[in-house]
Amino acid sequence: MNALLAADLPYWAQSLLRVLGGVVAVLLPAGTIVYVFLFKMMSFMQSRLGPMEAGPYGSLQLFAEVGKWLQKEDITPERADRFIFKIAPLVVLTSTFLLVAVVPFGPDAWFTNFEAGVFYMLAVSSVSVLGILIAGWSSANKYSLLGGLRAAGQLIAYELPMVLAVVGVIIQAGTMNLQEIVVSQNAGEIFGWNGLGNPFLLTQIIGFVIFMIAVQAELTQTPFDMPIAESELVSGYMTEYSGFRFLTFFIAEFATAGVFSLIASVLFLGGWGIPFSWFGWSGIDDVDNWMNVVGPLIMVTKMLLLSFVIMWVRFSYPRFREDQLQRFAWKVLVPVSLVNIMVTAILKVAF
Amino acid sequence: MTSTESLLDRRQMAYIAAQASDARVNVELETEGMTLNIGPQHPATHGTLRIIARLDGEQVVWAEPSCGYMHRGYEKLTEVRTYPQVTALINRIDWLGSFANEVPFILAAEKLMGIEAPPRAQWIRTILFELSRIANVSLFLGDLGVQLGAVTPVFMAFRDREYVLNLIEGATGGRFHPNFDRIGGLKDDLPAGFIDETRVVMKKLRNFCDEIENLLFGNEIFQSRTRGIGVIPKDIALQYGLSGANLRASGVDWDLRRDQRLPMAWDKIDWKVWTHPDGDSFARCWIRLQEVRESTRIVDQLLDGIPSGPVMAKVPRIIKVPEGEAWVSTENPLGEMGYYVVSKGELGPFRTKIRSASFNNISIVPWVLKGVYVPDIITILASLYFILGDIDR
Amino acid sequence: MPKLPGLVKGLGVTLNTLVRTTTKGSNTVQYPHEKETPPIRARGVIALREDNCTSCMLCARSCPDWCIYIEGHKELAPPRRAGGKPRQVNKLDRFDIDYALCMYCGICVEVCPFDALFWSPEYEYSEPHIADLLHDKAKLGEWMETVPEAPALEAGAEKKGKK
Repeated sequence: MNALLAADLPYWAQSLLRVLGGVVAVLLPAGTIVYVFLFKMMSFMQSRLGPMEAGPYGSLQLFAEVGKWLQKEDITPERADRFIFKIAPLVVLTSTFLLVAVVPFGPDAWFTNFEAGVFYMLAVSSVSVLGILIAGWSSANKYSLLGGLRAAGQLIAYELPMVLAVVGVIIQAGTMNLQEIVVSQNAGEIFGWNGLGNPFLLTQIIGFVIFMIAVQAELTQTPFDMPIAESELVSGYMTEYSGFRFLTFFIAEFATAGVFSLIASVLFLGGWGIPFSWFGWSGIDDVDNWMNVVGPLIMVTKMLLLSFVIMWVRFSYPRFREDQLQRFAWKVLVPVSLVNIMVTAILKVAF
Repeated sequence: MTSTESLLDRRQMAYIAAQASDARVNVELETEGMTLNIGPQHPATHGTLRIIARLDGEQVVWAEPSCGYMHRGYEKLTEVRTYPQVTALINRIDWLGSFANEVPFILAAEKLMGIEAPPRAQWIRTILFELSRIANVSLFLGDLGVQLGAVTPVFMAFRDREYVLNLIEGATGGRFHPNFDRIGGLKDDLPAGFIDETRVVMKKLRNFCDEIENLLFGNEIFQSRTRGIGVIPKDIALQYGLSGANLRASGVDWDLRRDQRLPMAWDKIDWKVWTHPDGDSFARCWIRLQEVRESTRIVDQLLDGIPSGPVMAKVPRIIKVPEGEAWVSTENPLGEMGYYVVSKGELGPFRTKIRSASFNNISIVPWVLKGVYVPDIITILASLYFILGDIDR
Repeated sequence: MPKLPGLVKGLGVTLNTLVRTTTKGSNTVQYPHEKETPPIRARGVIALREDNCTSCMLCARSCPDWCIYIEGHKELAPPRRAGGKPRQVNKLDRFDIDYALCMYCGICVEVCPFDALFWSPEYEYSEPHIADLLHDKAKLGEWMETVPEAPALEAGAEKKGKK
């Protein structure tokens, strides 16, 4: 995107395009996931059809829902900490926007591209914890408080396995730049055979599984949805939110699901690329320009695939208890990912 | 060996001791507790039950159920209604298994009048009784998922309960409130095709049980949430007057369908009372799952041997029950439900005492919730399985 | 055979249902577009055959929540046989059922000695206003058309002369 536009557009136009691109990259996955998975797949898994009236097969239901939320009154509890209460959903959404900024969609289609991409990604993903914590605290509601505290404890516990799971990928790729991780997967080879490239899914399967579990917890999806836990805590930290602010939480939840699927596909499934050997490309500079169009489509496909798994698990499983979750994170996931790092490092040095 | 030394009790005591030691540390640090009102408007309470829980962190130090938010005064209402009108009212006590509510009352009135329903009516009563048990408990199996955070089982439960409700509606005319029982028999005979249809539905229900078992009961997360949680030892269960599946899950082999002689058809067929030695939440849920399966088997057997004949004994058109008192209780979906009917020889009962199962079952809540975590409150309440109408009457 | 972990089995159940719903259709009915027929005995609404009603008030008195309102007056009808005395008949002025109160127990239908009340499976009569649920005898008479024949009984039943 940048290289294409840099030549003949002024800076303000580029910025505008980036902002628009960012909004599209956040809202489009969110809308797709909500419609395809939350409305339709969930209903089909439960022997029903889901929304059918708004538009063909209920495809416009999402707009109806958004319209409904926008009409609702924006209620602030009397004893809430008003300012914090109001900015909390925006903090959560900001984290999503910051996350999408590093995701490469094609050889030139990226918002930013810098060396510490993975580090940045892991850092900004915890910003949402802050938003959830202050949402729970400022609501002046006991359920919200419990939900917020649970969320904080859970998200912090799952940051670590996530980081450790990604370390394996970093060791194998030898870089923290997401674009280069994509290139090294597609330009790589498995024991001299380069027909498929070398998606890290194969070598880092343990890391991938741990990463997906951590993502599930990070997104507070069932089986790790204790912060929301509608049967225990009513709606957890979202209990007191209504109208647009609830919508913001809602968008953030599903947009983050999409963005994390994108990141997982970048880290483990080869990102936007197709194996370079198919077209005889030797590196990122050889890649044709049409990949800037095909790349995002490949990314969306992979995103849908991964979100399918996330949502499938969400609709099938009951939820853990908070202490069981902590025990699972610290006693199972962290040691396993540490072993994974060690094995990866040894093999990297050996070969 | 006294029962207090049983393995179960020691396990429960160890559990409580472990929880209490944590709590003691906090007491020494003088951290302030938080009182959490679960209900009266809360998604986990099936209505308007309120549980006042004093928390220490996420741990319950003290809990008490506060009921009566939905009290409708059925005992008083029966005093100003005639017997047929009472039947229409008491359908609404346990609204999920409503036919089962009518049976003990009608049996009590029949006992007072000294008449007995013809055999065909007894068999059809038993069939409908078991169908309402299936409708009730299969919804519990789905609802259990929701309480634990799984969204799918409840839709499966609603889907397959619909078949049973269609059967009940086809036979009685009412989906939820059949009002089909009459003193001396039934309002009407079964419509043609009922037996074949029921057989098909029973097969579907057994499939549903397998599905729920695969989806929920076999799930390791579910097991870790329910096994060893909310253990009720045998003697405690008996002391608190638990009944039904909650009691059988504590290892007490007690089922009123088998243990007492009633003019019903249960003693004429071959079936099994399920018990479980553990007494924890998982045992209670598992017992109910097995009971749905057993009920489908009971219904299948009853359909085979249904006798022919009339469905109504000879009773006067205007029913006056002679003076006297009678107590009849049956094994309802939720546990023992009984009616103590006092008659003064008038059109309606002089006084009725309704013993509903849920009211006694939740009396153990303060004991069993001590020392558990907030999420476990929900699992324990879900596994105790109460229906608000049955608590508050 | 090693036992499949319960987590995998659970995923299998939901996937099965997904496939079944996609291929064989859902278990739900898209209500306003397609409708299920209720069973013959379904207690949908109470229909009134006005000619049979003698305003004897039995139904109104036996109703558990007293939602039937009947008013009538006595009238002299022409004699059956020529030259006989004029008969006295009860004319029905008002027969209202408040469906906002009715709890569909069916006692009124049962006690009616003259076969004037019937159950109809008709169910689409909801109103936006609760007061509009008070239906008069004209409306109750219209529902008479939807009353089905009583269903055949299961084998082994003793035929009775009841309606």
